[in-house]
Amino acid sequence: MIKIFCLRCSFLMVALLIAGMVCAQGSKGKTGLFAFTNAKIYTVTNGVIEGGTLIVKDGKIEAVGSGIAIPEGAEVIECAGQHIYPGMIDGGTKLGLSEISSIARTTDFSEIGDVVPQMKALTAVNPNSVLIPVTRLSGVTTVIAIPSGGLLPGTAALINLYGYSPKQMFAGFEAVVLEFPSTGRRGRWDRRSEEEIKSASDKALKQLDDTWKKVAEYHKVDSAITAQKVKDQKLDFYPELEALLPAYRGEAKIMVEVNRAEDIRKAIEWVTENNVKAIFTGVLEGWRVTEELVAANIPVIAGPVLTLPAREYDRYDRPYANPGLMHEAGIKVALKTTEAENVRNLPYHAGFAATYGLGKEEALKSVTITAAEIFGVSDRLGSIEPGKEATFFVSDGDPFETKTQINQVVIGGWLVPMESRQTRLYDEFLERAPGLDK
Amino acid sequence: MNKLLIIIFIFCAGWAGAQHRTGDLLIKNGHILTVTKGDLEDTDILIRDGKISRIGKNISAPAGIRVVDAKGLFVMPGIIDAHSHIALDAINEATSPITSEVFTGNAINPFDLSIYRALAGGVTISHAMHGSANAIGGECETIKHRYGTFNPEILKMEGAPRTIKFALGENPTRVHGEGNKIVPKTRMGVEAVFRRAFSEAQEYKAAWDAYNLSKKNKRFRGKAPEYSRRLETIAGILTGEVIIHCHSYRADEILMLMEVCKDYGIKNIVFQHVNEGFKVAPELAAFGASASIFSDWWAYKFEVYYSTAYNAAILTKNGVNTSINSDSWELIRHLYHEAGKSQKYGQLNDDEALALITINPAKQLGIDSRTGSIEAGKDADIVIFKDHPLSIYAVPQMTIIDGVVYFDINDDHDDQRIYVDPSEVVDVTIHGTGTHHENCMIDAEEFLLNVRISGMK
Repeated sequence: MIKIFCLRCSFLMVALLIAGMVCAQGSKGKTGLFAFTNAKIYTVTNGVIEGGTLIVKDGKIEAVGSGIAIPEGAEVIECAGQHIYPGMIDGGTKLGLSEISSIARTTDFSEIGDVVPQMKALTAVNPNSVLIPVTRLSGVTTVIAIPSGGLLPGTAALINLYGYSPKQMFAGFEAVVLEFPSTGRRGRWDRRSEEEIKSASDKALKQLDDTWKKVAEYHKVDSAITAQKVKDQKLDFYPELEALLPAYRGEAKIMVEVNRAEDIRKAIEWVTENNVKAIFTGVLEGWRVTEELVAANIPVIAGPVLTLPAREYDRYDRPYANPGLMHEAGIKVALKTTEAENVRNLPYHAGFAATYGLGKEEALKSVTITAAEIFGVSDRLGSIEPGKEATFFVSDGDPFETKTQINQVVIGGWLVPMESRQTRLYDEFLERAPGLDK
Repeated sequence: MNKLLIIIFIFCAGWAGAQHRTGDLLIKNGHILTVTKGDLEDTDILIRDGKISRIGKNISAPAGIRVVDAKGLFVMPGIIDAHSHIALDAINEATSPITSEVFTGNAINPFDLSIYRALAGGVTISHAMHGSANAIGGECETIKHRYGTFNPEILKMEGAPRTIKFALGENPTRVHGEGNKIVPKTRMGVEAVFRRAFSEAQEYKAAWDAYNLSKKNKRFRGKAPEYSRRLETIAGILTGEVIIHCHSYRADEILMLMEVCKDYGIKNIVFQHVNEGFKVAPELAAFGASASIFSDWWAYKFEVYYSTAYNAAILTKNGVNTSINSDSWELIRHLYHEAGKSQKYGQLNDDEALALITINPAKQLGIDSRTGSIEAGKDADIVIFKDHPLSIYAVPQMTIIDGVVYFDINDDHDDQRIYVDPSEVVDVTIHGTGTHHENCMIDAEEFLLNVRISGMK
C-alpha cells in the first residue's frame, strides 16, 4: 500500500492521516493503474456499495463492486471511511472564459454582434485559468463554458477541468446558445421602462425569426447541393448560418436561456413551432409553468439556486424550491451555478435544492447523471460504472455539507493535484514566517 | 400657544411611536447553541419584556405566556450581518472624497422586503452601510429587523455606537481620481486624504475645546468656531466615539490605515471585506483591529484576485476577531451557510464558525454586551433552526427579535410586502448570481457614468 501525502498544513495532514486517505503529490497529475479500496461508493445509477473497490485503468473505470480482485501492479489507495462520488457537472458557467469579471480584457465570453453562434467557447477556454484548480478541488470535474451577451452569442462547450489544451479538456458536447428575448428586468440596476423592455424583446424576437428564416433558406440550398453531389459547388460563406444548421435540422441541441414564466411559455412555443431540440437553462420561474414544460418534454438546467426570487410577492425560498417543484412535476432537472470564480459552490446549490424539496438522492443525480444525460454524454460521465471515464472524487462525507473535505479528485483517470492558489496561500499564511518580528 | 401644544403633541407622538415592541416567550426543550458558553441540550429559554430572563431546564411557563416547542430543534443567537445595504434608499453620496456629514440613518427604508427575506434566513441585525465610493464615506446605521413598521426610527437599534464607512483602493481612486480628476487617484492619495482629514479634525476639535473652555469665563466675548458636521464626525473618530468600518482588500493598504490610525491615536477599527487580511493577520491581531469578510468571494476585480477562501480560518487562528458578512441582498439570506464554509476551508470548529455570524460581528458593531450570544440579560434576539445551522440541510423555522416573533415558517405567506408600489409594472427581475456586482458601488456606478457622459460633451 502506498501512501502519498500532499503538502498541506499539519492539522489537515493529521485529518488525512486519520482518514487514511492519500492524494496526488506535488503540482503534477498522475495516471496509471489504481485500486481505490474499502470505500463507500455512490454509483448514482446502481446504488451504494459499502466497502467497495474501484479499479482505474487506462483512464477508465475498469471495475467497481465489493470483493473485486486487485490487479497486479495496481497502486492501492486505501479509502476506509471515505466516500466516492462521480464528478459533479455544472450545467452553466463562464469558467475558462472569465478570469477577473470586471476587467474586460480578461473575459472572453461575449463577442461583438447579436447573432454570432459560430463563436466557439472551446477556442477561448483558458486551460491555465487560476479559477480551474480552485473549482475542481470541490469535486466539480466537468462544466459547460457558455458564451453570453447577445441573442445567439456563440457555441457552448462541455469541458473536463483537467488538461493543458481545450482539446484535452473537451468532454464531448457543444451546443449553440440562444438567450431567449426577455421581458423581465435583468437586475437591480436595470431601470428601463415597460415600453423599452417590451420593444427590446419584440425586436430581438423578430431578429430571431428572421435569422431562422435565413437558416431555412440556407438549409434548402445546402441540401440541394448535397443531393446533387456536385463536387465543386460550394455555398457562400455564412458561418453564422452554418453554425445554426445542425440545430435547425434537429441534429443538435440548442441551449435556451429563459427565466420569466411568460418568456418560458413563448420559448416553448418557439421551439415547438420550429421543431428545435432544446435544453432550457436558468428557468427561474419554471415552477410556474411546469405543465407546459412537461407537455413539451424539455429538460432544464435550473440555476443559480442561490438567487433572489424574481418577484417581490414570491416566497423567499422559491429559487431554492424551484428544482424540486419541477422535478416533482416530471421535468428532467440538472443544475447550474452561472458562475465563473465560484463554480466550486455547485454542491451547495445542489444542497439547497435538496433541502427545499428535491431530496438528497435527486439532487446528487441532478449534478451527475442527469446533467450527463442532458448533454448526451451519459455513456462516459455522470456515474460510477465500468467502462465510463474515471472521473470521480473521494471525500470524507456528504459533498453537499460544508464540513466535508474532498481528499482526492480524479479526472479521466488522472489523480489531480489537490492544490490551488487558494490552498497554497493557506499553507503560506496560516503561520506566516516571519510573523510580526523579523 | 395652541401651535406650541400641537408641536409638543407631535413630538411626543413621534417619540412614543419610536418605541419598538418587546415580547414574552418561553422556548422549550431546544438544543441551545449559546456560542459563548457551549451547547445546552433539552434546555428552555424564558424571555421577559424582550430580554433573556432565564436559561435552564424545566422552566415552568408563567401564566399567559406563549410557549414555543423547540424539541429536536437548534436554537442560536440571532445572526448579525456587519456589512449590508438592505433597507436603504441611498447608498453612495459619491460627490466628494470625504462625506462624513451624511448618514445612512437618514435613508432607512422600512418597506424593503429584503428585511423579511433576511429574517427568513435568521438575520436579526444588520449594519446598514454607506457605500465605498469615498475614502471617508458617510455614517452608518445599525438596524434591528423589526419588519412591519412604517417608521424608520423603529428599525434603528437604540444605543448602538456610531460607525462610519471608510474605503481604500480601487473604488475611491476610480470614482474621484479617474472620474473627477481629484485626489485620490492612487493609494498614495487615499492615505493623504485620511491624514489631511484627521489633522483638520484635530484642529477643529482643539478650536472648539478652547472655545468651550474660554466660555466658562463670563467675561469671554469671542466668537464660536464655525460648525462643521463633516469635521465634527471625524473628530468623533479621534475621540473613539465613532467606529471606523473600512472597505479594504489589499494587504499594503490595510497596513497603511493602521499606521495612520496609530499616528492619530485611533484604536477602534474594523476592516471590511479585507480579502488580503490573511496576509497581515499578525499585524491586525497586534493592532487589535478586526475583520469582516466574505466567505468566498474573489476574482470579481483585480484587487481580490489573490484571495483565498481560507481567509476566515487564517484570521481566526491568528487571533483576529473575524466575522462573515453578506454585502448582498442574496447572501444575507443564508449567512449560516456562509459561516459553514469556514469548516470546509480551514476546519474551524462549530463555535468558531457560529461566532463568525454572531458574537464576533456584535463586537465589531459595539453591541456585544446586548447581542451575539444566548446569555441571561441579553436582548432576546434568537433564531430556531431545523437541523444544525452549519448543515446544508438547515432550515430557519422562527426568528425572534426583542422577544417578538418576526418570522415563523408556519405562518409565512407568499406575499410579505407591507407596501406595494402602484407604479411598478414590470414585476419580474432576474437577479442571477448576485455575486458579480459590487454592491458597495451602487449609486456610485451611476455617478461615474454621468461623469463620463458629461465629460464627453
